[in-house]
Amino acid sequence: MLVKAKTSGTQKFYLVEIIKGLYITMRAMLFGKTVTIQYPEERRDYSDRYRGMHYIKATNGVENCTACMLCPTVCPAECIHIEAGERPDKEKYPVKFEIDVLRCCFCGMCEEACPKDAIKLSTIYEMSQTHREVFEKDYLLEQRGNK
Amino acid sequence: MTNFEWLTMGAKIAFIVVVLLQVVPIMVWVERRGSALMQNRLGPNRIGPLGLLQSICDVVKFFFKEDRAPGHVNKFYYTLAPLIVLVPAFMTFAVIPFASSIVIDGQTVNFQIADLNVGLLYIFSVASLGVYGIIMSGWSSNNKYALLGSLRSTSQMISYELSMGLSIIGIVMVFSSVELGAIARGQGEAFFSVGMLTIPKWGIFIQPIGFIVFLTSVFAETNRLPFDLPEGESEIVAGYHIEYGSMKFALFFMAEYINMTVGAALITTLFFGGWQMLPGMHWLLEVMNLDGMAHEWVRILFEAASFGAKVCFFMWFFVWVRWTIPRFRYDQLMDLGWKVMLPLSLVNIFLTGVLIYYKVL
Repeated sequence: MLVKAKTSGTQKFYLVEIIKGLYITMRAMLFGKTVTIQYPEERRDYSDRYRGMHYIKATNGVENCTACMLCPTVCPAECIHIEAGERPDKEKYPVKFEIDVLRCCFCGMCEEACPKDAIKLSTIYEMSQTHREVFEKDYLLEQRGNK
Repeated sequence: MTNFEWLTMGAKIAFIVVVLLQVVPIMVWVERRGSALMQNRLGPNRIGPLGLLQSICDVVKFFFKEDRAPGHVNKFYYTLAPLIVLVPAFMTFAVIPFASSIVIDGQTVNFQIADLNVGLLYIFSVASLGVYGIIMSGWSSNNKYALLGSLRSTSQMISYELSMGLSIIGIVMVFSSVELGAIARGQGEAFFSVGMLTIPKWGIFIQPIGFIVFLTSVFAETNRLPFDLPEGESEIVAGYHIEYGSMKFALFFMAEYINMTVGAALITTLFFGGWQMLPGMHWLLEVMNLDGMAHEWVRILFEAASFGAKVCFFMWFFVWVRWTIPRFRYDQLMDLGWKVMLPLSLVNIFLTGVLIYYKVL
């Protein structure tokens, strides 16, 4: 459907409208509030539930994970790789626990699936690196959040 | 020419060239910071106080870029084009008076590089040379976008040069001169007085229609928004300078800003009294109560400062308008040029003639 916009005489004359426009930009310049966040010094406030870099929760220095394989099963991006092993006290534990962060989509399903509250997503969002990194168990065991 | 004349001439030329070159980085900074503030952003603020040194970094970057010409261009015209755009931009400033004259040791020094008696005609002829550079760059780039840009530029220049030329006929009629010095001097006279308030004979008061037409045409002539169709990023990428890089591109960039300065200076000279002092400065000069040469030099300083302030305002106005009004569609541009501006300037000439006949102006 062809809709013809109605233009009044003053709008066709441009000048009045241009002056109105100039007033708007000048008002924005003098009284407008700047919304820029100057990143390295200022940070945006994120919720505590933000899903950032992973870590494995540890209790008394031992990881909570029992290598039940629920998280690699639920993971839609298939980025978690676990190899299970046995401790001397017959308890199952992950010998290898790797997360390929490049594939991760930060959906948080691993966190939800985990029965032992072992895998957690922290609020850290600065993960840029100069090489393709697969996070290994030692790295993931650093306690980065308080979930 | 005597030694003294050579010396003053050299000093004036050096002053103008240095100032014009300094205008470019400062205006780039003003443009970026100003647009940022209008859009509730911050703009470049990292390098130097308020980000003022950002432009220096940009210039250094331009210098150190590889000066490369694509294989499919016509090398000769491709290299020549930026120069042809830049040089007329500088040349135009030669006839613009930036202060009145001073007498040193019995010799009069005009604060104007060349006091040509064809001042206005010189400006129009030189300013229209710039478009050849744009056509050349568009043609020699061997690129469809560039060609479209230069074609647009050509037709735009022709359309608006007409109304631009006609809009100042009124001024020429009132002051009976095309000499810019005489026009600037003439605007010092009183137009009429209302009680304490004396309205000077500035172009804006005696030629309001001419001013509006001229202002619009200057925007079109300098390829600034809302008339930047030769560049038109969203339609033809970058228009005529699409194939240019490094310092060659920087020359186009400089030419745009210097053209802006010339446009602002021309508006000031023709319609805002040129170097005529701003209100209050005459009073200040009397209060300072200087004598002899000191008085003269302070007067020159005040006049140059007034001229500078007016030019700065119009430079700012260019930036202000650029970030307010979107680009015109091409047919709208042509409609405005031929159906509005041209008749309006003709009507203005007629009205001015009638008013001069009845001794009102």
